[in-house]
Amino acid sequence: MPKKTTKKTTKKTEELDSIVLMQGNEAVARGAVDAGVNFFAGYPITPSTEIAEILSRELPLRGAAFIQMEDEIASICAIIGASLAGAKAMTATSGPGFSLMQEAIGYAKITETPCVVVNVMRAGPSTGLPTSPSQGDIMQSRWGSHGDAPAIVLYPDSVKESYELAIRAVNLSEKYRTCVVLLLDEVLGHMREAVRLPDLRKHRVINRIKPTVPPEWYKHYDENQKYLSPVASFGEGYRFHVTGLAHDATGFPTGRPAEVADMMARLKKKITSNIRDLVQIESFHMEDAKIAIFAAGITARSAKSAVMMARAEGLKVGLLRPLTIWPFPDDAVRKMLKNVETVIVAELNQGQFLREIARLIKDKDDSDIVPVRRVDGELITPAQILRIIKEVN
Amino acid sequence: MKNQPQKTVHSYLRHNKKFPHVWCAGCSNGIVLGALIRAVDELGLGRDDVAMVSGIGCSSRMPVYVDFNTLHTIHGRAIPFATGVKLHKPHLNVIVVTGDGDCTAIGGNHFIHACRRNLDLTIVVVNNNIYGMTGGQFSPTTPTGDIATTSPHGNIDPVFDICDLAIGAGATFVARSTAFHSLESEEFIKRGLEHKGMSVIEIVSACPVIYGRLNKKGGAPEMMKQMRDNSIPVKALDKLPPEKTKGKLVRGILKHVEKDEYTLRYQRLVDSLKQEESK
Ligand SMILES: Cc1ncc(C[n+]2csc(CCOP(=O)(O)OP(=O)(O)O)c2C)c(N)n1
Ligand code: SF4
Repeated sequence: MPKKTTKKTTKKTEELDSIVLMQGNEAVARGAVDAGVNFFAGYPITPSTEIAEILSRELPLRGAAFIQMEDEIASICAIIGASLAGAKAMTATSGPGFSLMQEAIGYAKITETPCVVVNVMRAGPSTGLPTSPSQGDIMQSRWGSHGDAPAIVLYPDSVKESYELAIRAVNLSEKYRTCVVLLLDEVLGHMREAVRLPDLRKHRVINRIKPTVPPEWYKHYDENQKYLSPVASFGEGYRFHVTGLAHDATGFPTGRPAEVADMMARLKKKITSNIRDLVQIESFHMEDAKIAIFAAGITARSAKSAVMMARAEGLKVGLLRPLTIWPFPDDAVRKMLKNVETVIVAELNQGQFLREIARLIKDKDDSDIVPVRRVDGELITPAQILRIIKEVN
Repeated sequence: MKNQPQKTVHSYLRHNKKFPHVWCAGCSNGIVLGALIRAVDELGLGRDDVAMVSGIGCSSRMPVYVDFNTLHTIHGRAIPFATGVKLHKPHLNVIVVTGDGDCTAIGGNHFIHACRRNLDLTIVVVNNNIYGMTGGQFSPTTPTGDIATTSPHGNIDPVFDICDLAIGAGATFVARSTAFHSLESEEFIKRGLEHKGMSVIEIVSACPVIYGRLNKKGGAPEMMKQMRDNSIPVKALDKLPPEKTKGKLVRGILKHVEKDEYTLRYQRLVDSLKQEESK
């Protein structure tokens, strides 16, 4: 399918404060650049390709690297390699490519190497519907890689938020030294919205801290299990070892149960002990809500409209929308759903968020958790949700 | 342990890493590592400026033992990891150590595309004709008819010629030696490191414990002798009658051309964009 190529821009700095018409994919690319991404490797796939196209134009202008690899496995491996050499590195893909990347995502996690994977979701399984929206990768983004390690996954619902969360994804990857996934809906990737980009100066850009200890003292992994530990890059005098084998704090492989347990605990604890920093959740008209809708990404946009329509008719309905879907906002969801009678879980899949909600809400009957699903490549409409609201009310 | 080369090699090993190493007695991997270290030493490359990247396999365990920037990755993917390292820090000498399976089976696609790009990597393929680490399944270089644990009746697959593959895909320096010819291996690795572009050095090696045993090749010393007797230098190829060269492994530098290297091409692109902008 021929694509319109975006107009050539030569100026690096564009007036970020002005209102611009922008695609979600473009916003992600902009966010990446503004967060300091200086290495991108990728392989074309609808509906994520514009991110690669834009960065292939923009990164060389900044003296940064763009490379089109032979496949998605190569792409993620290249960004991990570049990150170990000190780059802020990103790749972007969609379902089929995201599946191919899973083994290496686990490698980034066990080696605590910062990197960002953008997955602009399309309908699956397999080739599915390449240009249709789906929220089918909620669980893949959490459990896709073999082994057992936590995940950080962000999920915007607008073009503006795509920009913001792209920056946040890069920041969190640097801070927590892990692979952060940014999920995007096909519709959002391709949708143009008028956005006023936030003032860049308000965005903190987080960079890795360089070690100051002499090389003999350097340990590549933080024994104290803090997250923002100094980390060296290849070629800077710290000749450390990186392996996907279980390793001790120095980075050398180990099979000693105590050292393996330490490593696994560190991978988990850096996420679980920083939930407050990681979790972002929007609550919309939840104060007096008797019916709550749980939805993320593009489905939350429909849900928001449905809430307004319902409120106009005097129905007490609210919306919970996670911006961070993993780690799942357990406590926040539990708290906010405490006083509602019914929870509607709206999603473009066969019930992935539903399992999480059902896991958290033990005091309600099954009939109080109502799914709204759609897997035919179309969006859930506000009217569809409103209908359900009225049914359960 | 009085002679100089051994001392040199020793000085590059990581002494904080708990030896003994993982390799079987008689394995060629140590010989290849020795050749590689001596090549780096002779060129006087700073240790901080060497990155050694490997995949998964017995041969891919090399990096952990040496005092460079070392990266032990996942099966078949050493080359794309190395591509990322090199492209972000072009001043690093990036060496990839990989096995025949790692490089030409699971990693075959990455291998040919890296050759095509002519990125300045030095790839040392340790070809022991078998999957050693997983216990002896056939690889793309296991000779047809040979026994492996997944070809108990004899391998019916044709083989890859790793050097031909590299040449065909566009690598600009391609050489082959054997673990028996350790000085020659060292020389080729050295030349590969000096070469600006994609260098592929295939080192045919012995896995006496698995491949040798399955195929009744004798122990390590016998396999060494076979490497000596069954190979000829490429220079002798034209001088000898065909009956003397038939079925022999050809050693030597099989291709060496100068061509624009990838990071230089990229830098040129960046520079030209800068000029355009300042106009
Ligand atoms: C994705 C994946 N598939 C399979 C394996 C299992 N595996 C580990 S090493 C290896 C083969 C190694 O053979 P080779 O590259 O020739 O190296 P050698 O051990 O002979 O030196 C295989 C199949 C793996 N680690 N990862
Ligand atoms: S199995 Fe073969 S290749 Fe692996 S260490 Fe033993 S001898 Fe070497």
